[in-house]
Amino acid sequence: MKIRFQLNGQEQRLDVDGDLRALDVLREHCGVTGPKEGCGTGECGACAVWMDGVTRLSCLTLAAQLDGRDVTTAEGLATDGPHPVQAALAELGGVQCGYCTPGIVMTAAELLARDANPDRDAIRRAVSGNLCRCTGYHKIVDAVEEAAQTMRAAQEDK
Amino acid sequence: MMPVFLPDTLDAALDLLTRDPAACVMAGGTDLLVHLRATGDAPGPLVCLDRLRGLKGIKTDGDTVRIGAGVTMTELLASPVVRDFLPLLHRAAGVFASPTVRNMATIGGNLCTASPAGDTLPPLYVMNASVELRSPRGERTLPVDRFITGPRRTCLERDELVTAVTVPIPVDFDIHHFEKVGQRAAQAIAVVSLAALVALDGTTVHRARLAWGSVGPGIVRCSEAEELLEGQRLTLTNLRAAAAAVSNAVTPISDVRASADYRRQVAGNLLLRLAAL
Repeated sequence: MKIRFQLNGQEQRLDVDGDLRALDVLREHCGVTGPKEGCGTGECGACAVWMDGVTRLSCLTLAAQLDGRDVTTAEGLATDGPHPVQAALAELGGVQCGYCTPGIVMTAAELLARDANPDRDAIRRAVSGNLCRCTGYHKIVDAVEEAAQTMRAAQEDK
Repeated sequence: MMPVFLPDTLDAALDLLTRDPAACVMAGGTDLLVHLRATGDAPGPLVCLDRLRGLKGIKTDGDTVRIGAGVTMTELLASPVVRDFLPLLHRAAGVFASPTVRNMATIGGNLCTASPAGDTLPPLYVMNASVELRSPRGERTLPVDRFITGPRRTCLERDELVTAVTVPIPVDFDIHHFEKVGQRAAQAIAVVSLAALVALDGTTVHRARLAWGSVGPGIVRCSEAEELLEGQRLTLTNLRAAAAAVSNAVTPISDVRASADYRRQVAGNLLLRLAAL
């Protein structure tokens, strides 16, 4: 089927099987490899992307469902330099092997879009669907806290 | 390859189901797609409901709350109506899978999946919720305990859709309690869950409604335990007597998550929590 959607601000027009996984469309057809396949069953969060600003699992989303949507991946989140969440994860060691990172970035950035000043509990709850086997989460939570602070400071400067 | 349809009206969706008896309805997809890929089943066309605005919305007239079948767990959690009037459902939505799954999974999907571990089901059972169904032949409404007929079985006809869940607001209950036991705090499938509504007359139980998840082929109500509690105070001694009845009444299985014996014990023990409330 023919689908048309926005991916990180660029229009995509594709002719694909409607029952393909959105994850495969993004990676194989669009060459956007931020979203990763960890489990393929909705349990690890490595494939998380935004669709119309809502974080969804692209492994449990069908190609057909992309039609007409505005999709953002970790690549698209970085506009004028890395997103504060991305910068803080890199700086504070919230990344080790990096496989879960694009999913963590999407989930954490959605949290900060909704809540400018989340406490550590709220951050932990927000990333509770993103499995990370390296960091033990501590540094991820540190990084999201730091990013929240950076974003609040930038807001105040405006 | 399964063709995928994205109808944007209820009539268009029903029309697709009528035209192809092999058509398969997909709501959030968080159970269905995992199941289809695990089994390799390829049903007929997938009728995906995520463009059906008509299945959205949470409304109340003060006596009941009507929740559209397409309302997601995240939308339930964000709803002040659900938070204030249906706290059991609000708590169940809060421990449902993970935030990202909650952005996708719908209440209609949780009903139609009809898993004994479905997190919204024990709350819907104790609140005597009804399921609204629509087909080209018309509409019908069934109590939730008649809609679900067995593990992963409902009386939904091939050309029928769940359009909404209607929940009478539980008034006069002093205790609204929901607890889910899983193997971890997030992304857990219930090992045992309990929804309890208790009305007190002073300190004695006037009325109790109890429902357990994951301890039988369907949601388990235990009228014996309810009757044992009625007229009694919520002391540990009285709750232990009711808990023993619960452990006898449930018919759990052993699986990767827990043994039947463990579930039997925990199903009773969850009741003891009411002493602390």
